[in-house]
Amino acid sequence: MTKEYKTITEISGPLIFVEKTEPVGYMELVEIRTGGELKRGQVLDSSDEIVVVQIFEGTGGLSKDSAVSFTGDVIKMPLSPGIVGRVLSGSGKPRDGGPEIVPDVLRDIAGAAINPASREKPRAFIQTGISTIDGTNTLVRGQKLPIFSGAGLPHNDLALQIARQAKALGEAESFAVIFCAMGITNEEAQHFLADFERTGALERAVVFLNLADDPAVERILTPRLGLTTAEYLAFDLDMHVLIIYTDMTNYCESLRQMGAAREEVPGRRGYPGYMYTDLACQYERAGIIRGKKGSITQFPILTMPGDDITHPIPDLSGYITEGQIIVSRELHRKGIYPPIDIRPSLSRLMNSGIGKGHTREDHRAVSDQLYAYYAEGNDLRGLAAIVGKEALSERDKLVLEFADKFEKRFVNQGRDEDRSIFETLQIGWDLLADLPEAMLTRIDDKYIKVYHPKYAASAAKK
Amino acid sequence: MEVGKISRVAGPLVQATGLKASMYDLVLVGEEGLMSEVIGISGNKHIIQVYEDTGGVRPGEPVKETGAPLVAQLGPGILTQIYDGIQRPLPMLAAASGDFISRGLFVDGIDHKKKWEFKPVVKKGDAVKPGQSIGEVQEQLLIKHKIMVPPNLKGGVIKEIYSGNFNVDETIAVLDDGTKLTMMHKWPVRRARPVTKKLAPTIPLRTGQRVIDGFFSLAKGGTAAIPGGFGTGKTVMQQTLSKWADVDIVVYVGCGERGNEMADLLHEFPELQDPRTGRPLMERSIVYANTSNMPVAAREASVYTGMTTSEYYRDMGYDVLMTADSTSRWAEAMREMGSRLEEMPGEEGYPAYLGARLADFYERAGRAEVLNGGQGSVSIVGAVSPPGGDFTEPVTQNTLRMVKVFWALDSKLTQRRHFPSINWLDSYSLYDLDLEPWFVQNVSPDWNKNKRRAMAILQENAELEEIVMLVGSDALPEDQQVTLEVARMIINFWLAQSAFHPVDTFSPYKKQFDLLASILKYRDYAFEAVQKGIPVAQITSVPSKDALAKVRLEAEYEPILAKVLAQMDTEFKALK
Ligand SMILES: Nc1ncnc2c1ncn2[C@@H]1O[C@H](COP(=O)(O)OP(=O)(O)OP(=O)(O)O)[C@@H](O)[C@H]1O
Ligand SMILES: Nc1ncnc2c1ncn2[C@@H]1O[C@H](COP(=O)(O)OP(=O)(O)O)[C@@H](O)[C@H]1O
Ligand SMILES: [Mg+2]
Ligand SMILES: [Mg+2]
Repeated sequence: MTKEYKTITEISGPLIFVEKTEPVGYMELVEIRTGGELKRGQVLDSSDEIVVVQIFEGTGGLSKDSAVSFTGDVIKMPLSPGIVGRVLSGSGKPRDGGPEIVPDVLRDIAGAAINPASREKPRAFIQTGISTIDGTNTLVRGQKLPIFSGAGLPHNDLALQIARQAKALGEAESFAVIFCAMGITNEEAQHFLADFERTGALERAVVFLNLADDPAVERILTPRLGLTTAEYLAFDLDMHVLIIYTDMTNYCESLRQMGAAREEVPGRRGYPGYMYTDLACQYERAGIIRGKKGSITQFPILTMPGDDITHPIPDLSGYITEGQIIVSRELHRKGIYPPIDIRPSLSRLMNSGIGKGHTREDHRAVSDQLYAYYAEGNDLRGLAAIVGKEALSERDKLVLEFADKFEKRFVNQGRDEDRSIFETLQIGWDLLADLPEAMLTRIDDKYIKVYHPKYAASAAKK
Repeated sequence: MEVGKISRVAGPLVQATGLKASMYDLVLVGEEGLMSEVIGISGNKHIIQVYEDTGGVRPGEPVKETGAPLVAQLGPGILTQIYDGIQRPLPMLAAASGDFISRGLFVDGIDHKKKWEFKPVVKKGDAVKPGQSIGEVQEQLLIKHKIMVPPNLKGGVIKEIYSGNFNVDETIAVLDDGTKLTMMHKWPVRRARPVTKKLAPTIPLRTGQRVIDGFFSLAKGGTAAIPGGFGTGKTVMQQTLSKWADVDIVVYVGCGERGNEMADLLHEFPELQDPRTGRPLMERSIVYANTSNMPVAAREASVYTGMTTSEYYRDMGYDVLMTADSTSRWAEAMREMGSRLEEMPGEEGYPAYLGARLADFYERAGRAEVLNGGQGSVSIVGAVSPPGGDFTEPVTQNTLRMVKVFWALDSKLTQRRHFPSINWLDSYSLYDLDLEPWFVQNVSPDWNKNKRRAMAILQENAELEEIVMLVGSDALPEDQQVTLEVARMIINFWLAQSAFHPVDTFSPYKKQFDLLASILKYRDYAFEAVQKGIPVAQITSVPSKDALAKVRLEAEYEPILAKVLAQMDTEFKALK
């Protein structure tokens, strides 16, 4: 039924320009046959005479007489429960030697926006066992919380530790992990897969792999496939889905490359002006829908070019996601794991997931107080370096010491150390207890009287 | 009405031939009739932005004219609604298409079936002017909806008027020239609604936020910008203002931001009480939620639809607060459409008319004598999201040219978890002097004096801190060490205010004043003690000073504060 055209007029980077006689839909899936090979593409611009198509597998091998057919439909992902446990390519083809997915349903990978009025407010505390997350940047189910890192930092270990340890307190529920690799090295990908295998996670995972030597344009599909799968598992099959995708920086580079190929007016630093919207269309596919059992929690990982948080990729991401976990080179150099700098880190949904009924009533106050003195202690390091520690006031010396101890005892923990939220809060209190009680200005007296180590024993007796 | 044909589709932008539609007319694109707007005409081609996703739309499909621009439907039933950017109620969309928004859906902005009890306030034979009330509907328990002669009609003499229960399409009055009036009219969203006269900004808009009311206050009918990098507190501040501001109506426009934030607001507003009336906040609120992943053209429109509904309630004589989160996303929507139109870009790719659009928008704010006779106001608080948190970028700069209040969010304060992270040295309010008389008359003759004293202390603190960075604080003279301590108290005990603390989220004027006065009182005691040669360490460790830190967390703070002050007096007298 579909007509084949051999009318490619131009091939330019990842794009081809095709003359045609029948109307072609915007975003339509296109198939191109050359030799024995089948490539796929998508319509980016459709006018009466000509269409512009981006080719996911790259235009290498295409020529003006390659056969182009328009499928009459947008790109859809085949889905069925059997997808769990599979390893697929960045464009959704089996990569594990298994059969093609036999679809129960086909879903448009662009994904429609969740109606804001249908969203349920996320507020279920997820314990990751990591103090700098649980204690001071709490994750809740349905949140999108990226890891902002830098080249050579242990963000992958951190992501894996989270994937291993994350649990909702007191519930056994059906959950799945989706892992999308975009342009990472084979070695990194194997690191993830080996860990999934070691812990048995692979059985409830869906893996999409676009590696560094796979076509760059394909990366534009990868998160969309992963998220379409996530929506299916969460909202059709009632699963709690955790999706990790890495590295968003590679994804954005592909967007930039496409923009340049189309000779678009670039936005900041050459990235397309619509990158905010494009990223939002991925990140916003997290959340919970009222009346449905499942949820989608996202952990995108991105490496900040030049460790620069103002670079457009982390900057636009930070404006969309519900906080960010910052992996710091400085802490990493000090030998602290996980090297999370809590100061620029943030969980915007923390408030709805902590406190009485979720974690503990004093959680917010303890977190605020830890932040305040850790930040101040950090500032004082600069001062101490100039004027010497002796020139500091007594109070300032205490704060300075607090910051050091905070890094060693609260931030630092083992790669397999799974702390309960109560252990985390206890460490926080122990550190605060080294300061005079009058300095705990952010904590209500009623919590001090119950949880401060000085009173805790007697409070517990009562 | 003509039917044209699509000749090109590229993202949200469509070109069509064979149309006669005017600029900004609404047209329906494709077989599905997607809501769209004409944004350019060149030769025989119409350039059209589509408010919905265009995946699958093909050249050759029809484009139908509607003969009218994008309008808002204005009438009873707007309050408590949650709309997308083109005034489609989101719950109705969900009812029609499920939890994910699908396209090509038409839903009225207000319910056309519901009957409202209409009570006329004019009678047969009365002359009525445009904008004048002809009757009332009790829209919410405490909010009367004035039914006005649409300001774009010319008015006349009432020939007939009915009372009773009607829906918004039924005739409730007839004018002598035969014009039939209903409880609803339509207004083109890009056009400002007229007022009789703009009034001076002499009344503060009480927010209950100490750093705002106390230092950088907003006037009723005023404009404020709140720029800041991500996570610095723009959204929390706008939501806090929407909760506690002393206005009659709140219009919250979520323009290109997060879905979960909207869920949070929709979850909270029906539960929280308006502190002035005890009624659920939702009853006085209208929410526009066009999140970042919803179509950009509708995002661009959301600011105007929000503004038009704000003006409509202002015209009834109400004080309205409109918040827009974030105006940068609106500007980016303009940029995106502009670049697809291949317009000549201005600074950083934004269209050259960015400044003009922002100016037109903020100009629609103001306190005014309305056509109806009374007074009303629209105040705007616009969030700005500068890339990299750098305020020199075009949206921030063009905005600062228009607005009178600047709340500069500072990520250094955020990192310390000092909230609201409004930088007290960089921020300003140009309403300051206009509002001073009001505070003197209504709160305390010392309001302005204390404010200036506190500002001066913070200013001196900033200078001293530079010296401290070089030599350490112990090297400073004693009185300056006291100043550092007092500044710390102003910052931590007064300026800091958690939006999430059940009590401290809202601070009445009197409490704001009393707390600051007490800190200044400590300062006076401390300076006196320094004069007497008492060591600073003793002065700064009086227990009453730390007790002062927690007074703000108490609802019934007055007796506690009195005790703390008495204790302070005793403690200072005892110092040797
Ligand atoms: N919002 C603020 N307004 C005024 N002063 C502040 C503010 N926040 C902090 N301060 C105080 O002023 C000091 C100097 O402020 P800040 O560090 O922001 O200045 P800066 O000149 O930008 O610093 P640097 O040049 O070291 O980056 C801070 O150490 C702090 O104690
Ligand atoms: N006034 C405040 N009181 C307490 N916490 C605040 C306040 N303002 C902001 N925050 C904290 O900062 C986070 C980010 O604020 P938000 O308003 O979402 O930032 P933005 O809109 O500027 O990106 C919030 O989730 C909250 O934890
Ligand atoms: Mg925000
Ligand atoms: Mg400094």
